Amino acid sequence: MLRFFLTKLAGLIPTFFGVTLLTFAMIRLIPGDPIEILAGERGITPERHAALMKQYGFDRPLLEQYVFYIGGVLEGDLGKSLVTKKPVLGEFLQLFPATIELAFCAIVFALVIGLPVGIFAGVNRGRPADHTVMALSLTGFSMPIFWWGLLLIILFSVNLGWTPVSGRLDFAYFIDPITNFMLIDTLLSDEQGAFLDALHHLVLPAIVLGTIPLAVIARMTRSSMLEVLSEDYIRTARAKGLSPLRVVGLHALRNALIPVVTVIGLQVGTLLAGAILTETIFSWPGIGKWLVDSISRRDYPSVQGGVLLVALVIMTVNLIVDLLYGLINPRIRHAR
Amino acid sequence: MPADPTTVAVAEPGSVPASGPAPLHPAKELWFSFCENKGALAGLVVIVIVSLLAIFADLVSPHPPLQQYRDAFLTPPMWVEGGRAEFLLGTDDVGRDIFSRLIHGARYSLLIGCIVITLSLSSGVLLGLSAGYFRGVVEELIMRLMDVMLSIPSLLLAIVIVAILGPGLLNAVVAVAVTYLPHFTRIMRAAVIGEMTKEYVTASRVAGAGRLRLMFATVLPNCMAPLIVLATLSFSSAILDAAALGFLGLGAQPPTPEWGTMLAKAREFVQSAWWVVTFPGLAVLITVLAFNLAGDGLRDALDPRLKR
Repeated sequence: MLRFFLTKLAGLIPTFFGVTLLTFAMIRLIPGDPIEILAGERGITPERHAALMKQYGFDRPLLEQYVFYIGGVLEGDLGKSLVTKKPVLGEFLQLFPATIELAFCAIVFALVIGLPVGIFAGVNRGRPADHTVMALSLTGFSMPIFWWGLLLIILFSVNLGWTPVSGRLDFAYFIDPITNFMLIDTLLSDEQGAFLDALHHLVLPAIVLGTIPLAVIARMTRSSMLEVLSEDYIRTARAKGLSPLRVVGLHALRNALIPVVTVIGLQVGTLLAGAILTETIFSWPGIGKWLVDSISRRDYPSVQGGVLLVALVIMTVNLIVDLLYGLINPRIRHAR
Repeated sequence: MPADPTTVAVAEPGSVPASGPAPLHPAKELWFSFCENKGALAGLVVIVIVSLLAIFADLVSPHPPLQQYRDAFLTPPMWVEGGRAEFLLGTDDVGRDIFSRLIHGARYSLLIGCIVITLSLSSGVLLGLSAGYFRGVVEELIMRLMDVMLSIPSLLLAIVIVAILGPGLLNAVVAVAVTYLPHFTRIMRAAVIGEMTKEYVTASRVAGAGRLRLMFATVLPNCMAPLIVLATLSFSSAILDAAALGFLGLGAQPPTPEWGTMLAKAREFVQSAWWVVTFPGLAVLITVLAFNLAGDGLRDALDPRLKR
């Protein structure tokens, strides 16, 4: 297992350098030289410009600059935001819990509905129920989620008044940020009703963000279920006279879930990309909205650092998924 | 892809010996297999309708897409109280006919899909073919680069590229095309590696075929099936992603009647004018769904083994 882990980890090293190279190149590919970009809209004197070029090391050879950049990245120095003047890493870490909270609830929503629905469709293959599930999941898969979010806001927030339109918590509550996970912070605080309010704020964004993963999980569970149900050992289990519930729930489900785990891992990228749109619609203060705002404010160090960190998160999650996959399925672990 | 059996059936007359029932022409077989899937057929019908609307947009749409009617700001759809018969789906905040804008928007969406697929398909084929044919260092370099691109969510990568190039429809299209490149390259490489071990390739090599001939004339045509499927399915994602960029203000710029761009300002009207929000998104959903249905059907028809 350790060997499997180390092989997977080593495979990430070229990707890590590739990603840093990409973010390093990004800020240099934007028209105009980096100091003008760092200085932002306001002008700058030629002397100051030359001094800053020297200070940031932009007058050195590119290779040297890259080595310098990598050194900074490895030490956790991703530069400072042009707008807030705070370190990018700190900003990211402060906002990331909001995105994790949203993404976690979205994937829970997707699993709670997607798994049973997928199993149901697989067991009832070819029947109207199966066709309905497949049609709905393809619709969900084709959904422009920024529009889906607006529709749900019109229906639930504007017409029915059930949920708030934006944000994470009502202004009436004041919560000390301890973990930056609103659900946990509100539970820890003494404010009455704050937890329920936070939950209210979370419902719509989580549904919107979870829609595409839900469709993917339902489809994947169904097809994986179909594959397993045609195996010989399932026929044996049926022939032994086991109840259908036992055959499906115990024998089939275990093996059917293996590919689903991978698919869930792959959804992390979808979730983070979807978070960009979902957070923009619901004014959710996470990294997705932060990245979009940073781009529109031309805050390039934030964009540069944010992209690198998002890529690192995805690489880490993919590594964990690979490991989990190896744990569940020994055939993968021992394959050379 | 119009249903025209005569053009597919009459292929190379005289080449089929007249004895016994001639096997179906592959294209015809594909068509029959595709038609078995009702959903795919429905998708194809929608695609044809949307394409026709896009081509004849100037003739079909009741109003010019940019024409502002000063007396008709935010008019509701005609069947709602206060609606006017001349504005079928209502008007937006500056009095433009939404129906006409949607019809013209079909042009942008279909064009975006076509350009994205052309760009990423052609470069993906080149890269994947080189990786699968040469192997070794070339393969490592290309595939590692693709790994890097895949470790950034496609929408985020597209946003970064647009940030570098500047907002605009063309730059958004290029950005989306770049993000799809890894998928095409990977599929192409896998298909090429699979084909390279087959005997017909060896035979062709022994017969003295040159490198370029082997790559493009011998191997490439046999790798097309998975590429065609991926292209159809990516077409729908391209429309979605370009619309998302438009929504974020990074794609087509106002007053372009691009569907995503039309939604960018619609957020202000969720409280007051639902029709401004509803219809552009519905247009995206229907078009994307149609391409996904047709893509699924095409995959099943091209590769019966995948059929369930």
